[in-house]
Amino acid sequence: MIQVNHLQKDFRIHQSRPGLGGAFRDLFSREYKTVKAVDDLSFTVEEGEMFALIGENGAGKSTTIKMLTGILTPSDGEIVINGYVPFKQREDYVRSIGVVFGQRSQLWWDLSPLESFRLLKSVYKVDEIEGEKWLERLIEELEITPFVSQPVRKLSLGQRMRCEVAASLIHKPRLLFLDEPTVGLDVLVKQKIREFLRNLNETENMTILLTTHDVSDIEALCKRVLVMDKGKLIFDGLLNDLKEKWGNGTEVSFQMKKRTSAAVLRQALGEMPCKIEQINDFTLSVKVARSQEMLPFVLSTVMSSFEVSDVKIEETSTEDIVRNIYSSDQEVASHA
Amino acid sequence: MRKLYMELIRMRFLTMLAYRVNYYSGIIIYAINIGAYYFLWGAIYGGQQQLGGLTVEQMTSYVAIAWMSRAFYFNNIDTEIAQDVREGKVAIEMIRPYNYLSVKTAQAFGEGIFRFLFFAGPGIFLISLIIPFSFPATASGWGLYLISLMCAFLINTQINLVTGLLTFFLFRNDGMMRAKRVVVDLLSGLVLPISFFPGWAQTVMGYLPFQAVNYYPSLIFTGAITTQRSWELIGFQVIWMFVILVPILVMWRLARNKLVVQGG
Repeated sequence: MIQVNHLQKDFRIHQSRPGLGGAFRDLFSREYKTVKAVDDLSFTVEEGEMFALIGENGAGKSTTIKMLTGILTPSDGEIVINGYVPFKQREDYVRSIGVVFGQRSQLWWDLSPLESFRLLKSVYKVDEIEGEKWLERLIEELEITPFVSQPVRKLSLGQRMRCEVAASLIHKPRLLFLDEPTVGLDVLVKQKIREFLRNLNETENMTILLTTHDVSDIEALCKRVLVMDKGKLIFDGLLNDLKEKWGNGTEVSFQMKKRTSAAVLRQALGEMPCKIEQINDFTLSVKVARSQEMLPFVLSTVMSSFEVSDVKIEETSTEDIVRNIYSSDQEVASHA
Repeated sequence: MRKLYMELIRMRFLTMLAYRVNYYSGIIIYAINIGAYYFLWGAIYGGQQQLGGLTVEQMTSYVAIAWMSRAFYFNNIDTEIAQDVREGKVAIEMIRPYNYLSVKTAQAFGEGIFRFLFFAGPGIFLISLIIPFSFPATASGWGLYLISLMCAFLINTQINLVTGLLTFFLFRNDGMMRAKRVVVDLLSGLVLPISFFPGWAQTVMGYLPFQAVNYYPSLIFTGAITTQRSWELIGFQVIWMFVILVPILVMWRLARNKLVVQGG
């Protein structure tokens, strides 16, 4: 459905010279620096996939999304989505996609979301009866009925965001792009949006691409993850693989009912490759590298051999993973 | 497609209505402007019957109608485009399946109709109670005026599109847009009928599109020229519309490739 080959985007950035003299010289001749925002990016996506694009600020995620949605013209390389070349056949292409920008509103500020939906329906020439049915479903599932007739400027961020999602889906696109859709939202709203997206993916087989900084977004929604750094794709594969490969492993801390030493615990676990740490007399933490295989074993062993009053499992956050990726010099990994 | 543009015009209408105070103060501003120019011209004419080919009555109508026309053709789409570019809102416009510039023009039209009906209409009515004012006598006079006014709207909007599109290349061109507004008001004959300018200035202005924005339709309204001359003026307007279309299309093409979405 999405094919991206050797995509590239260069920006020419004006460098200002320091000081008053520099500013004066800038009037006549300017210095420019070329920055590669996206560098040789290639990947393919099948219909019905849900995947996340992650990376630090300035890694090139937004630029990539903007090229995929036909807003920016690539400097080099090619993109084919739904059989269209986005920047060339923009007006036809955008009919088949929906886009949500977390930091920008596509609703009309002074009007109610309902008015905006109406306008968008004629923008996309949506069929009257079918469109109305679909819109009703969106309104119901996103639970926006109570405030759908209030001016957008009077809505809270969470309310507005749900309306934004509805607005991007008015024309029932095959493909949905979400650029940081959950920034600044509270847990409940996040959850509502996630549930809605998952449902959409299952019932309509909609392909969904999102960029995010929020680890829980990815975990709740995506199997596949692409990681970008400095414009390059440094990982493309399953979320589990990403964790196994780059994560710090999982840390389990046990609160025992009786005093327990690290040595005793070690004995119980046997040759198991893990790190045991004594936190205090009653609390011990066990660090395992690959959670999938070892975690069940550690848990069942400890639970059956000791009296445990509390268990806490801490997984590596995506932030940690990303940090690990950046700080290591490993080769580009591709598991696609 | 027609439905879309109807809807856009309707939306702009609603947006304008959303700010009522703006609306009321707008009427007052228009009435004050027309009134001020009326008394100013009364003083300039003094006892004279005719100045620059216009009688006092024609001049009065000219001033009133120049402002009424302005209510229709005037719009701020250049500042809107500049704002869209500066705040990165173009991104939203580009994910929609329409042509950005046509949409802006449609919105400007919605605004124009709103102002024409709700600012200029009541404004002219108020003014006509106080000062002597002559409307075109014939239906064809009205028809010619409205055709010419529509052309004036399109030309002015095109000029605004040109200045607005410059933002894609310069990122900040408030000064230029402000200068443009003054230039258009002055050279279009709003402040002073073109026939009052010195000969050499009139020659220069003959090569510029600005008088097509206000002078032509207002002249047609006053009835100071023949029907045949009116059609000639409308012809000039149409030519200007095509001429200005060229830089717009070229700039839009370049802008698409140069576009940088500001603010992430």
